[in-house]
Amino acid sequence: MAATFEKARSTATADSGKNLLQVSALTMHFPLTQGIIFQRQVGAVRAVDGIDFFVEKGETLGLVGESGCGKSTTGRAILQLYKPTAGSVRFEGTELTTLGGEQMRRMRRKMQMIFQDPYASLNPRMTVGNIIGEPIEVHHLASGKAKTERVQELLRIVGLNPYFTNRYPHEFSGGQRQRIGVARALAVEPEFIVADEPISALDVSIQAQIINLLEELQAKFQLTYLFIAHDLSVVRHISDRVAVMYLGKIVELSDRQELYEKPLHPYTQALLSAVPIPDPAIEQKRKRIILTGDVPSPVNPPTGCRFHTRCWKAQEICSEVDPEFIEHSPRHWAACHFPG
Amino acid sequence: MSAAGQAVLSAPAVEPRRSAAGLWSDAFYRLRRDRTSIVALAVLALIVLLALGADALATSFFHESFTHQDLLESYDPPSLAKPSLWLGTDEIGRSQIVRLLYGARVSLAVGAGAGLIDLTVGIAIGLSSGYFRGWWDDLMQFLISTLNSIPALFLLLFISVLFSPGPVTIVAVIGFLTWSGIALYVRGQTFSLREREFVTAARVVGADDLRVMVRHILPNVLPLVIVLAAIDVGQAILIESALSYLGLGIDPPTPSWGNMLQNATQDLTLGPWLVWGPGLAISVTVLCLYLAGDGIRDALDPRLRGTE
Repeated sequence: MAATFEKARSTATADSGKNLLQVSALTMHFPLTQGIIFQRQVGAVRAVDGIDFFVEKGETLGLVGESGCGKSTTGRAILQLYKPTAGSVRFEGTELTTLGGEQMRRMRRKMQMIFQDPYASLNPRMTVGNIIGEPIEVHHLASGKAKTERVQELLRIVGLNPYFTNRYPHEFSGGQRQRIGVARALAVEPEFIVADEPISALDVSIQAQIINLLEELQAKFQLTYLFIAHDLSVVRHISDRVAVMYLGKIVELSDRQELYEKPLHPYTQALLSAVPIPDPAIEQKRKRIILTGDVPSPVNPPTGCRFHTRCWKAQEICSEVDPEFIEHSPRHWAACHFPG
Repeated sequence: MSAAGQAVLSAPAVEPRRSAAGLWSDAFYRLRRDRTSIVALAVLALIVLLALGADALATSFFHESFTHQDLLESYDPPSLAKPSLWLGTDEIGRSQIVRLLYGARVSLAVGAGAGLIDLTVGIAIGLSSGYFRGWWDDLMQFLISTLNSIPALFLLLFISVLFSPGPVTIVAVIGFLTWSGIALYVRGQTFSLREREFVTAARVVGADDLRVMVRHILPNVLPLVIVLAAIDVGQAILIESALSYLGLGIDPPTPSWGNMLQNATQDLTLGPWLVWGPGLAISVTVLCLYLAGDGIRDALDPRLRGTE
């Protein structure tokens, strides 16, 4: 197992000079315990099970996969909201997994997060001004009048009325709330933002607005995004590169164009074939790959390739050997015994 | 930038609200418009003022001290003949209304003191054990279950042997007896709140544990805790009367609403009016505390903000 990580790391860490974020062999297991006083571990939810990737400065890396595959856990483990079980997360060369609480708190000026649910992620008893002002206060960036002005400027940046500072979250619509969440993330002028399904809780009509806002902000402030989503068309629109996750592993990682045109991993192929095409003629002719069975449990993942239980290409080797994450063509990695 | 720019232009014109912004100033603003709470707070303030001015009132208006006995005037029913007889006299002829005024001092002090201990200890332990969990929580749970499993009366007797009776002891003992309820409530709420996404968001932003607890979790549990504390204050006033009965309370000549009520129940057939004063005083105080607590809870909930 360790040997696999080693090899994968060497391949997935190509030009490390440009990399803002470097994730190696990141593993996040949530222990399952039994017993009241003498707790013993009876197993673990292997939410993220050894993944390697890097994020280059200024790019958007899309992270897609079914629900429960470990996308959000990956994002949170990168930000050290969970303490990773193993592996390393390097941000601008600094190893985050070993940072102390106070040092990590300071690092948070550089890395922020936008949450999925704009209703749950804003404290109902705080005014918008206090919500957006909190990061400014915590990191001593401004105080008094300067802080108020900064909050108003941030509201303006995300397209909200600067006079909204004294209002409470419940007075806003979902889209407006998500803008408040974006403003809070921007308050510390971060370099890197983990966007954890930032639009999946919003109305379809609002989704495009938020996507456009995120793109504008990226251009304006040279932001780097890790964009977590399960909507393939949205990821295709916003990402420079895309990583596909299945059951705690990244199965394919490549430049966007390449991934959507020449997917190597059968799981990616199946996912892409499920995206409807808004053209009845093509829609009638196109071939859909329907996967059978359920996603196996991350407590007890299948041996060998984790996808072999649902894969139409699976052979004997697939259930025995875990395929390595190999660079099949430049900047295109996949973990499959029979790619293409 | 174009979309964002347009959004600003198309946003409806809103007036900037009052310059003060924040949960507490907003709550105060809302509380001022809540008539029930204002009346309740006014009555409480009046009771406090009367208690503070007991000396002046007793000498210049009632012309009677709370210790003055007159066996010839025992069990005088209430009459308007003179101010000191408004609520009648007790079994040794002491003016009931004067004793009620002085009793307010003890009862209010005990209620407020015990309520304060109750709130601070309950919130501190509830928040910290709910937030940090682990061995600290286990220890506190052990302590609370142990405390709750010992009958209160036994505990009171035990403490009365260990400590010399006095106002400070009483406040400490009552606070010690009541904090576990608030601690358990706060702990439970903290368990659920700490997993909420806005708490995660605060941590992402860089807030430390103390800030998360005080700025994010506490304001979400405080409103109901205030109501619970208001009920506990009423409880404390009643516990004080039980303690007095056990000899751990206020020494007999000094009146408290509790020991007056205790006293009155023994002479119910001879002087039924003796129950009215302390009974009404306790009920009104507890009712006003409850109403005010309720009003504060509503005022602290921005979602209930009415028209402005």
